[in-house]
Amino acid sequence: MIKFIDEYRDPQLIARAAAQIREITPERNINLMEVCGGHTITIFKYGLKKLLPDNINLISGPGCPVCVTDTEFIDRAIALAKMPNVIVTTFGDMVRVPGSRGSLQSTKAEGADVRTCYSPMEALEIATGNPEKEVVFLGIGFETTAPTTAAAIQTAKARSIGNFSVLATHKTMPMAMKTLLDAGEITLHGFICPGHVTTITGPEIYQFIANEYKIPCVVAGFEPLDMLEAIFMLVKQIAENQAQVENQYRRAVKPGGNRKALEIMMEVFAPCDSTWRGLGNIPDSGLRIRDRYHDWDATKKFQVDIIPSRQNPACICGAIMRGVRVPPDCRLFGKVCTPENPQGACMVSAEGACATYFVYGERL
Amino acid sequence: MCLAVPMKIIEINGTRARAEVGGVLYNANIDFLPDLQVGDYIIVHAGFAIEKLDEAVALENLAAWQEVADDLQTNQRKRPA
Repeated sequence: MIKFIDEYRDPQLIARAAAQIREITPERNINLMEVCGGHTITIFKYGLKKLLPDNINLISGPGCPVCVTDTEFIDRAIALAKMPNVIVTTFGDMVRVPGSRGSLQSTKAEGADVRTCYSPMEALEIATGNPEKEVVFLGIGFETTAPTTAAAIQTAKARSIGNFSVLATHKTMPMAMKTLLDAGEITLHGFICPGHVTTITGPEIYQFIANEYKIPCVVAGFEPLDMLEAIFMLVKQIAENQAQVENQYRRAVKPGGNRKALEIMMEVFAPCDSTWRGLGNIPDSGLRIRDRYHDWDATKKFQVDIIPSRQNPACICGAIMRGVRVPPDCRLFGKVCTPENPQGACMVSAEGACATYFVYGERL
Repeated sequence: MCLAVPMKIIEINGTRARAEVGGVLYNANIDFLPDLQVGDYIIVHAGFAIEKLDEAVALENLAAWQEVADDLQTNQRKRPA
C-alpha cells in the first residue's frame, strides 16, 4: 500500500464516483479539456472514458512541454551539442524529438555529448564535475518545472559555477488556454486544470477563464479517483449553469500556490512571448532569463547559426495540441509514426497525445 | 512531464531530504518548502519537493467518498430483487 496513491485507485470508490457523474449529467454534449498530458495518461491507463456517459467528451490539451516545444528550439539545442567542448543535458524525452535534421539522440550517435538527467541540479553537478567543459541544460516545462531550473541558475550564481548555462524555453499555461478559447476552433464547457502547475501557481490563475469566458475550471490530481471527482465537479457546475474555479486536488494545491517557488522563479525569469508548436507565438506565455543572470543564459553565451526549421508536413501534432484533431486522424499515426520512430513530438513524449493513444489505444 | 510523486521524508539534512516511496529512497531538494519535518509527505518533481501533502484534507476527502460508496451498497442490499 503506497500512501496518497493506492487509496485513490480503489475500484469501489471509483465506481461510486462514476455513478455519481452519470446521475447528474445533463443530456447534451459536454466537452471537457484535460489540459495536462499527465491527465490524458490517467484517463487512458484506467479506461476512464468507458466509465463516463457517452455525451461527455474528453479532449487532450496543450499541456505536454515536449510536445509544444517548437522545432527551432530543438535545432538550436542540436547546434549547441555539435559545438566542441559542450555537454548538452536534458530531461529524457527531449533527446528523441525530431529537429529539422536529426534529433539530439542521432547527434549523440554522431559523437556529441548529450546526457539525460532527472533534475536541473544533476546538470549542475555534471558542470562541477567537468570544469573544462561547458554544460548547457535545456530548460523546458511549465510552471511546475521552471522554479527548479531557476533554483539551479541561482545556485550556479551563488557558487560561481561559470561553465553552466541554460537554454530556456519554459512556458506558462494561462495565455495558452486563452489562445485556445479565442481561436474558437473548439467549443469547451469546462477545463480540467493541471494539478502540479497549480501546486506552484495557485488556482487563482484560472479565474479570468471563469469570469470572462464563463467556463468552469477544476484543478485535478492525477489518480483515477481525483479525475472522476474533478469531472463530477465540472459536470455539476455545468448542470447548474455555474462558472467557478474549484480545487479538487486540495491535498497538494493551496491558495496562492507555493510562494517560495514562485519567488525563486520570478527572481530568475521574466515573462516573455513564446512560440508553441501548433499554437504559434503567444504573448506573455513564456519565461526568459533575466539580464542579471545573463552569464547563465545559453542564448547570450553561445552564437549558433541555425537554418530555417522544417518538419514532416503530414504531421498534425499542431492540430492535436489545439484539441481540433485526434491522433487517429493523422495518416502517419501508427504507420510511419510510432514511439520507436516518431515523426512528431506528440509521439515522443510519454504523455504526448499520440503516444498515449498508441500505447493505450485499445482502452478507448 | 509535470509528474510528481508522493514520498515520505525520513531524514532532513540542510536543504536536502531523503524521502521514500514504495521502499525506494530518493534525494529531494527542499528549498521551496522551508518548514518540513521528518515524517511529512511531500510531492517531488524534478528532484525538488514542490509541496507538502495535507493529510487531514486527503483523509476527509476519501472518507466522503467512502461514505457515498457505503450508502450505495446499503441501498443496493435494500433494493427488492
